[in-house]
Amino acid sequence: MDVLYFAWMRERIGRSSEQVDTTGMTTARDLVEYLKGQGRGYELAFEKMHAVRVAIDQEVATLDSPIGHAREIAFFPPVTGG
Amino acid sequence: MFSVTVQSADFDVAAETKALTIANTQIGAVASFIGLVRGSEDSVRSMELEHYPGMTERALEAILAQAQTRWPLDAARIVHRFGRLEPGEQIVLVLTASRHREAALEACAFIMDYLKTQAPFWKKEDGPEGARWVDARESDESATDRWSD
Repeated sequence: MDVLYFAWMRERIGRSSEQVDTTGMTTARDLVEYLKGQGRGYELAFEKMHAVRVAIDQEVATLDSPIGHAREIAFFPPVTGG
Repeated sequence: MFSVTVQSADFDVAAETKALTIANTQIGAVASFIGLVRGSEDSVRSMELEHYPGMTERALEAILAQAQTRWPLDAARIVHRFGRLEPGEQIVLVLTASRHREAALEACAFIMDYLKTQAPFWKKEDGPEGARWVDARESDESATDRWSD
């Protein structure tokens, strides 16, 4: 699955996207738990979970949303446009 | 006509307004909101606007669709810029057109409130102390809440 990161999450992780094998994972939270184990940058990016937003296939989702048939999952901080 | 564009280039408010209304003489009111980069030498010197290509357009289209279910709009347009912007530059344009002013004015405010909390844009400001990501504001969330009924 394609995993995307934006804003300071992207900077902390050091990349804007990557491919992750999500076999055996059920929800976005399972993916976060896996990612947190991938290094210090990931730990820092997912340090404050209340500041993490999730989109599955470009639709707003939650950490408990299923990721089973998704093509793309994105993590980003609260939005600040306008 | 209902449309959204996410672009790095500047926009021309007069040209956008004309394009929105030219084909429909039933339109009696156009409301607009233009967001500008606020800053100075000792505050914000420039900003970088990041967005989520694809999702941004979908989110903006969804906001326009919601506005259409609440007000009798004849046309609406959102243009939002991304990339590097300097103080005084235009960031966002919202235009709403209707037969009467009330629908146009309310829908314009509604669209901006929703855009602030639902469209995937992130601002990074560069100032005297370096660059920093702008924090989301609680007041923007409550501005969105005022439309729920």
